[in-house]
Amino acid sequence: MKTVDDLERIRKQAKAMTRLRESAETTKIVVAMGTCGIAAGARETLSAIMDELARRNLQDVIVTQTGCIGLCEQEPIIAVMIPGREKVSYGRVSPEKARQIVASHVVNGQVVGEWVIPTG
Amino acid sequence: MRELSLHILDIAQNSIESGARNIEILIDEDESSDVLTIVIADDGKGIPPEILKSITDPFVTTRKTRRVGLGIPLFQEAARMAGGDLEVRSTVGEGTEVIAEFKLSSIDRAPLGDMAETMALLMVLNPDVNFRYEHTRGYAKFVCSTDALVEMLGDTPIWSPSAVPVIRSIIREGLRNVQAS
Repeated sequence: MKTVDDLERIRKQAKAMTRLRESAETTKIVVAMGTCGIAAGARETLSAIMDELARRNLQDVIVTQTGCIGLCEQEPIIAVMIPGREKVSYGRVSPEKARQIVASHVVNGQVVGEWVIPTG
Repeated sequence: MRELSLHILDIAQNSIESGARNIEILIDEDESSDVLTIVIADDGKGIPPEILKSITDPFVTTRKTRRVGLGIPLFQEAARMAGGDLEVRSTVGEGTEVIAEFKLSSIDRAPLGDMAETMALLMVLNPDVNFRYEHTRGYAKFVCSTDALVEMLGDTPIWSPSAVPVIRSIIREGLRNVQAS
């Protein structure tokens, strides 16, 4: 049985989440989680991203998923979207590369040029 | 794919894309009949009959980015390799159920793998979906759901990256208690 306080807390959390998710001001990391992505190791890449965000206490970065984007040979693929800047996609992102992308691109704003892939 | 938990993650993505609000994942390890059953059931938009009849054909997909649909055929192949099979039941407007059976003891059966990781990531990345995971082995059963975990997490929101290790360890402990493989 939930108390009124519990419900209020859940309501506040949900509101805060909706605000973050819908805001154009929030940095987003999108992980491709189609069959091709998962087979290439997207789960491990995603785990590394979540772990790195938790470790650095980056509460205002939103991680979402997408399906196959038609570049299966480049999987695992992630995209980093920072407000006011162009979306950048990275290919063949191992867990180790993912941690570096969080540190370099998400935290310091430095695109990791050598792993960038062109997307339509 | 190396692990059945990766197939489950993949099939659950289909449920998410179909707009499901509730997704149920059932795993039953029945040693007496030597059958491992995996069910992924959702209340998403369902699959029209004309697509459903060829759902296990890899050359049928509704996706536009790639002309081959591999998720269901790969999962079916994994089941057939291990002396089982896969079935998809669906009703438009009601939902879809993917049922895979394996011979539990088959040496060609892929290991279940890291179900705790699959569930933790699904729950944290899809806070709007209510997941329910039930894992049975003989008479022992472990159940967890998004609702229950939201309560257990207290002030940590379920969509926060720091919720992942908490959920992962709750599920790992639960699975250890039922001696899941």
